[in-house]
Amino acid sequence: MASLTPTAKAAPKKPVGTLYRGREGMWSWVFHRITGVAIFFFLFVHVLDTATVRISPEAYNAVIGQYKNPVMGLGEAGLVGAVVFHALNGIRIILVDFWSKGTQHQRKLFWGVIALWTVLMVPFLVRHLSIVFGH
Amino acid sequence: MSTPTETPGPGSYAPALETPHSPYRRSKATRSNWELYGWLFMRMSGVLLLVLVFGHLWVNMVSGDGINQVDWGFVAGKWSSPFWQTWDVLMLWLAQLHGTNGVRTIINDYAERDATRFWLKMALYAATAVVLVLGSLVVFTFDPCADPSSTLEACRTRS
Repeated sequence: MASLTPTAKAAPKKPVGTLYRGREGMWSWVFHRITGVAIFFFLFVHVLDTATVRISPEAYNAVIGQYKNPVMGLGEAGLVGAVVFHALNGIRIILVDFWSKGTQHQRKLFWGVIALWTVLMVPFLVRHLSIVFGH
Repeated sequence: MSTPTETPGPGSYAPALETPHSPYRRSKATRSNWELYGWLFMRMSGVLLLVLVFGHLWVNMVSGDGINQVDWGFVAGKWSSPFWQTWDVLMLWLAQLHGTNGVRTIINDYAERDATRFWLKMALYAATAVVLVLGSLVVFTFDPCADPSSTLEACRTRS
């Protein structure tokens, strides 16, 4: 009788042999979407906060002052991390689309994106976080 | 009535469907190249944004005093120059259109009901219009000498 319950059935077969699913290609696509949407919403807020320069110097300084605390500083670090990933993975997408060997090397290109992201983010974080927490 | 020659001719199918052996036609009357141009725009604007956004981050957040240098006077210093006005307006338009097209793709992917898709996209386009008009107006109508205590060279020579 136990064999009739769904839990007793064999686990569904894991898809194998697909080009992208669950691998570097899928995760680069997922990260590209998430970072893209995050940047989109930040851009909306950033245009509005910058628009306060037309109200008065005091209004703008009060608004932009909100960006200069440790909590926002960490948010800015995350935002720059998202921008750098989206930019580098964008180059990877262009190479996959236009370079004849791009598809063949898409997996290595993803790890290249991660490596270059780390190389750019470490000095940026040292610089930015020392400014944010140094004052 | 039982003749096997009742197979309908190509004309009786809906325009989107073709008979199995009909020759491949590259341009169909029901299609435009709109999505191709969108695809190309994402790549071209992406390359330009790489330069514009990284330059923006470098000048505002890394060089000088970093985030702490950004105040009204810092913005006035940049926007008293047509170079940075052009830079920022170009960046605004490319980034907003790139982002709008990206979010449009995501709405088309995940919103299944026709009405939901339609209204989400209308909200997206309305927000895009607000950002583009407001942002452009702010850059082009900004007066770097609005602060009476300004020490900018452009403001001293004016008075």
